[in-house]
Formats: sequence, structure tokens, C-alpha cells
Amino acid sequence: MTDAPLLEIKDVTKTFGSVISLNGISTTVRAGQVTCVLGDNGAGKSTLIKILSGVHQPDGGELLLDGRPVKLGSPRQALDAGIATVYQDLAMVPLMAIWRNFFLGSEPTKGWGPLRRFDRSRAIETTRRELADMGIDIRDPDQPVGTLSGGERQSVAIARAVHFGARLLILDEPTSALGVKQAGVVLRYIARARDRGLAVVLVTHNPHHAYPVGDRFLLLNRGRSLGDFAKGELSLPELTRMMAGGAELDQLAHELERGTGAVEREEAAS
Amino acid sequence: MSAITVADERVARVGVLKRLLLKPELGALLGAVLVFAFFAALSEVFRSASGIANWLDPASTLGIMAVAVALLMIGGHFDLSAGVQTGTAAITSGLLTTYYGVNTWAALLISLAVVLAIGFVNGYLVVRTGLPSFIITLGTFLMLQGLNLGVTKLVTNTVQINNFNQIIGYDVLHAIFASEIAIAGARFQIAILWWIAATILGSWLLLRTRFGNWIFAVGGDANAGRNVGVPVARTTISLFMITSFAAWFVGTTQITRLTSIQAQAGFGQELIYIVAAVIGGCLLTGGFGSAIGASVGALIFGMTSQGIVYAGWDADWFKFFLGAMLLLAVLANQYLRRFAELSRR
Repeated sequence: MTDAPLLEIKDVTKTFGSVISLNGISTTVRAGQVTCVLGDNGAGKSTLIKILSGVHQPDGGELLLDGRPVKLGSPRQALDAGIATVYQDLAMVPLMAIWRNFFLGSEPTKGWGPLRRFDRSRAIETTRRELADMGIDIRDPDQPVGTLSGGERQSVAIARAVHFGARLLILDEPTSALGVKQAGVVLRYIARARDRGLAVVLVTHNPHHAYPVGDRFLLLNRGRSLGDFAKGELSLPELTRMMAGGAELDQLAHELERGTGAVEREEAAS
Repeated sequence: MSAITVADERVARVGVLKRLLLKPELGALLGAVLVFAFFAALSEVFRSASGIANWLDPASTLGIMAVAVALLMIGGHFDLSAGVQTGTAAITSGLLTTYYGVNTWAALLISLAVVLAIGFVNGYLVVRTGLPSFIITLGTFLMLQGLNLGVTKLVTNTVQINNFNQIIGYDVLHAIFASEIAIAGARFQIAILWWIAATILGSWLLLRTRFGNWIFAVGGDANAGRNVGVPVARTTISLFMITSFAAWFVGTTQITRLTSIQAQAGFGQELIYIVAAVIGGCLLTGGFGSAIGASVGALIFGMTSQGIVYAGWDADWFKFFLGAMLLLAVLANQYLRRFAELSRR
């Protein structure tokens, strides 16, 4: 594992009209490591993802891929550079079979000219093998994605990104809609992808999911960076506190305590 | 990890029957068998060779359109102008050859270019504006309807174009689009062969090519498709142009067969195409359906339209039966799908 970062985000700024969505954001992503981007709603997490995946272009700052400045003009360009994004909506079509979804947009073909066709047997076989390699057991690759559970879908999406030679995997809130057990399964796949040498950007608002798997933490708040920390520089309680806005959390805890106090008093009175 | 790799004991094996039930065209196939049995029992002529030739005929031209419209619907769109485009194609070819003396083949190419351009405009407007294709093509439908009538009247002073059989090369055209094949003493239209070819081609395109995968994606979730690099705009525009090509083919078949064309030709057919596609298992919301199903939907249409006559009933009842069948098909498809999906989980 080289020490040079795979992707370096330098002072990236993005504005939409008069709204400053991101303001001077910097962090690094290394191969075989997980960089977590944490922040509350509206912190700018989505904007950052869209810049990394080529949907938006930054207004200021730059992205360095393997140390060289890179322009990601479209999602296709980002994919070609080895940057794959697994969106919250997973970019999967529920009515389509798993193997059709797996190769959507990058279908293997055989034959030539007008007889060039989708290599179905290869697609089905590869889907089955890739999922098994990630430790995902699917009964039937022909099953529509809509019949899978949330965790299974997420895992298929990750396996797909890994298969298509992603060097950098961006995961947008992969655990947000999942139960505790399913979230654990997905975190395990993330660790597995990391162990295969991929660089992972995990975007989440849940520090309890981020901390165990993360190596680096970028905290965002209202478009600004609250800091970019290595794991050793930060403990889970500190991370949680910073995310919740420190003083705001104390205030909230105080309010809630008073609330229960009032209930207790009422109970005592009755 | 071992806990995950072990097969899930809660999942029952998926049987062959349930796999079949998930096929979108299954409902239509069952329906076709029922309709055939019903009319075959009522009328001897219906099940004779000439009877079959007779009900395959309306099914064939409808079927060619239904396959194209089904692909478009699976891609998530409607084309209400598909019916009048058959008229536009035939009128353009007819006027150019019989009134302006343009070379037959050049005229056919020009009319093809005209309807392909219409298809492109339909698709481009849908992609560009993001408006429902229902509204966009309702607009082109009304415009073309007016244009067909207006131009025909302007040039011919009547509402129809005649003498198409006097043009140079009509023999060749007739052989391609309107010849008949005698089997067991009955005369089968060659359009039936084209219909079968269109069904095979449509089904192959849908299930066996990259483009087919994109069609499902564009109709199922265009945004998801876009995110993984599916050329959504190109796929959508292509689908509209495929529909237009089918309209040109059917329009040319009609003018060749009848040797004349009414300015109103094709009007009202657009809904019949959609009916056939829906009976064949296409979802109105896109992302699901089959070319074979749409073809079978057209077959049911053909059998019913002629079967009512053979059964000795008043043909006025036909639309009633068609509507009832549409409702039945939609309900049956929905029920089958839900059942199959549930039992598969």
C-alpha cells in the first residue's frame, strides 16, 4: 500500500446561485482505507458526492487523482477514472432482474455487427460469482431487484461497483434506511471492499456506523469543514459530539432532561 | 461471513409454474387460447383455414404496430400519434408518386424520412422538456391529423388519394407488402409473415441486446439508469423512431393493398395499439412488458373482431368486448404478478 493518496480533495468550493453549498473542503482518500464524510442534513454531503462522481463540477479548488489534477465532467468520466458511486437510491431498477441490473450500462456483448448481443449467460454467471465472492448468497439472479431486502440491494450495488474495476467507491448513506442487523451486514461488505484494496468514501450521518469502519473522518457543517481527522486523533464520543454540534447537543440534553423531570413531577402529583 | 453464505432456509424453491407466472405475456397467451376456443366452438368457419386467414389479417398490421408500441411503453412512454403517422406515411408516398411524379423508391424514402423525423421530434421534445409523452404526442397527433387532411384536400381537392397501383414499380411493392400466400386453399396476407418477423425482432431486441436492457431501465427508473451510464435520451428517441418506422411500414402496406388511402387513415388506431400492448402484459407505468405479449394482444383483437361476425352477432358489440377484455387482462396481469412476486419472496 503506497502512502500517496489515491484522491485528494483540495479546497473545493461549490455554489448554487447565492447558496454556498461547499466552502473550502479538503481531505484525502487512500487505497485500502475508508474515509468517512459526516454531517447533518444540509451539511453539503450530497454536493460533495456529486462533485466526486462527476455530476457537478466544483467552482473552486481541485481534485487530484494519483497526484494529478483531474476534471470529472460527467458520471461516465468519473467511472472511467475508476470512481464508482453507490447512490442512496442505488441506481437499480426494481422491476429488473439482478443480473440485468448488475450489468446495466456496461453490458457484456458477443457477436458483431447487427448480431451483436447481450451475453446473457456470461452476465448471469458473473453476477452469481461476484456476489458469492462478496459473501452474498442470492437464490436466483433472475429475481427482480425489487424483491430483495434493503441490505441485500445495497450489497449487490457494492458488489457491482467492485466488479466494474472501481478503485474508489463512494457510498451515499448506505446504512440509513436499514435495521441494526442489516446495517451490520453492509458495514461488513464495506470492510471487505476495503480489504480488497479499494479506497472507500463512506457518507453517513451516523457516527456509530462510521467510527468502527473508518480510517479518516471529514466533518461537514453547513457547507464548511469542521475538521479532517485521522482515526487516532478522535474518539467515538468526540466524533458524536462534534457531529451533533457540541454545545447544541448539551442544550438538547438539558432540555430533554427537564422534560422528563416535568413528567416525573406530574406523576408524583397524581 | 459463513452465516451469510449459507443458503437461506426461509426461502422456498421457486417452481416452474411460478417462474411462468412471472412472464408478462402469460396472461395474454391464456386469454388467446380462451378466445380461440370460444369462437371456434361457436363457428365452424372461424376455425377453417380461410377463417384463420381472415382473422390473422387484422391482427398482423395491428401486431406490427403493437410490438413497436410495446417497446415504447416498456421504455415508459406513449405515442398517441402512432396511428395517424401510418396515414402520414401513406399520404406522403401517395401524393409524391401520383401527383408529383416522384420516383416510387425516392418517394418511399422521403415518406420514411418524414415519419422518422416526426418520431425524432416526439422523442426529442419528451426528453428535452421532461413533459409526459402523453401530452407531447397528443399535440403531434392533433397536428398530424389536421395536416393529413389539409394537405390532401389542398393537393387533390378530395379526401383520398387514388391510383397508387398505376405507379412505376407497383408490382414490386405489391409483392413485398401486399401479396398473398395460399395455404390449404386459403389466402394468407404476407403481412402475417412481417408480423411474425417483427415479433421475433422486437423480442430479440428487448431480451437479448444491450439496447433492450436500456429500454427496461429507461422505463423502470430513468434516473437510476442515467447514474450508471445508460444513454437515456438516445434510447428514448430511438424508441419513438422505431414506432415511426413501424408506422411507415404499416402505412405503406395499407396504401399498397388498397391502392388508395383516406386522409383520415390511422385515426383512432393509436389507442388500439396501446390496448394490444396492455393486454399483452405491458405496464402503463413502464419498465415491464413483452413484445410477444403485445403480439398476442393483437391476435386476440383480430380473433375477437372477426369472431363476432362469424358467430353471427352484431359487430357493434365488438368495442364492448374489446373493452371488457382490456379490463380483464389488466386485472388478471396484476393479480398474477402480485401472486408470483409474493410467493417468490
